[in-house]
Amino acid sequence: MAMNSEHDTPGTGPDEARRSFLKQSSLLTAMALVPGPLVQAAAAELDEKVAAVFEKIPLKLEVNGVKHKVSIEPRTTLLDFLRENLNLTGTKKGCDYGQCGACTVHVDGQRVNSCLSFAVMHEGKKITTIEGLAQGDKLHPMQEAFVKHDGFQCGYCTPGQIMSAVACIREGKADSEGEIREYMSGNICRCGAYSNIVAAIQEVKGGGQKV
Amino acid sequence: MNQFQYVRPTKQQAAIDAVAKDATATFIAGGTNLVDLMKRGVMTPQKLVDINRLPLTRIDADPGKLRIGALALNSTVADDKQVRERQPLLALALNAGASAQLRNMATVGGNMLQRTRCSYFYDTTMPCNKREPGTGCGALEGINRMHAIFGFSDKCIAVHPSDMSVALVALDATVQVSGPKGNRSIPFAELHRLPGDMPQKDTTLEPGELITAVDVPDGPFTKHVHYQKVRERASYAFALLSVAAALDLDSNNNIKAARLAMGGVAHKPWRLTAAEQALVGKPATEESFRQAAAIAMQGAKAFQHNAYKLKLGPNTIIQALKTAASVA
Repeated sequence: MAMNSEHDTPGTGPDEARRSFLKQSSLLTAMALVPGPLVQAAAAELDEKVAAVFEKIPLKLEVNGVKHKVSIEPRTTLLDFLRENLNLTGTKKGCDYGQCGACTVHVDGQRVNSCLSFAVMHEGKKITTIEGLAQGDKLHPMQEAFVKHDGFQCGYCTPGQIMSAVACIREGKADSEGEIREYMSGNICRCGAYSNIVAAIQEVKGGGQKV
Repeated sequence: MNQFQYVRPTKQQAAIDAVAKDATATFIAGGTNLVDLMKRGVMTPQKLVDINRLPLTRIDADPGKLRIGALALNSTVADDKQVRERQPLLALALNAGASAQLRNMATVGGNMLQRTRCSYFYDTTMPCNKREPGTGCGALEGINRMHAIFGFSDKCIAVHPSDMSVALVALDATVQVSGPKGNRSIPFAELHRLPGDMPQKDTTLEPGELITAVDVPDGPFTKHVHYQKVRERASYAFALLSVAAALDLDSNNNIKAARLAMGGVAHKPWRLTAAEQALVGKPATEESFRQAAAIAMQGAKAFQHNAYKLKLGPNTIIQALKTAASVA
């Protein structure tokens, strides 16, 4: 397939474009991490160049109760925005194609795959990530249940599993083991901790606490 | 991913104009398929017109039909009380598709417009007439385990991946469309097309046309329905083959009316009208279902790796009808 825009050079494949995208993303991240006045100076200096590379648009949203007002490239996924721009790396990038569920977050209370939507599409929305579940040092009941039932091995899928598990109970789809397995099927665990994950969800559901 | 322009109109006409006037522009709703395809470079729109601000999310329970807005989420429709009561087959098909997360993102309009999951379409290093017309069909003599047994051409043997659409074609739904030339209605069976010489064209929609709603007429199919999906794991996988079955039975368990459609077998959801007609007036027995299944499979033709569908097809039809009729 022909690649368009800046990446349209002979022999430029998707990998090349991805590297160049990563470079640009890290530039953005670097700018986000630099203290205020420096950012302004850097932005002023880079203004023309940045404008040529990115066509950024403003975005306002709330993440874990914190309001953010940023300017962002439309092609930034919600997942990359959370991880790269806000440094909320609890949300994991597994497949990046909506097949594994590691990137599951809540948008206005509904669980979604954050890798499959652009951040700009969430203007005005309230996002909750795994970092937003605990109340200070007090773990969310689902987090406690995962610890108690050993609902993980390597832990990479765990943030997505927990976000999905909380939603599963809120949706009223955790009334039986079969129902839990069906409604948790969007979260893949390659270690195979499924039976312990189901046990954790059943305990929270059975406990009747508000999740 | 390529860069693109992003606009978010709040007026339907502005959205339609934005796509109609720019051949490189496309609508985005849930994004669950389009974002995936853009990441892989399979689709490279230069402008995305985000339609999520358009007021198209309502589910209206009108007399005689349900009108489901194009932006209603798959999860919302599947859980809707009116849908579950009046069109339980649709709710079953929706819940058979994707995962809970994806159903919370995917819209009704987007679901019917999703592209094939043929691996040659997805792999930009492979020939594919649907992705790049004229490059050939990689699946024809390649790995064609997932591919069509009906209605294919020598240009394309891909199948349509939607579960929801299999139910909608069985239920005689109508798609409401708005475009540069005004509004029109498309019978669901005519929304998707067969590949022929133009596999790059999935549907009969014109450039800039926007699906605004789907109408599902009330019918007698509120009790004896089933969506049987066969896949390689218990959940969250595309169908190898699926069957939507709906029966209207009289007090003697004879069939007054039947609806049947298959997924995973053709470039479009595959309605089985001849088999439906053969069921009418017959007792709801396995023997009747077996005869109907044989009629349904007439004209099926397999490729090197998908001959299993010639057996799986009739067996799945029989199973779906048995479950729908509650025949043990």
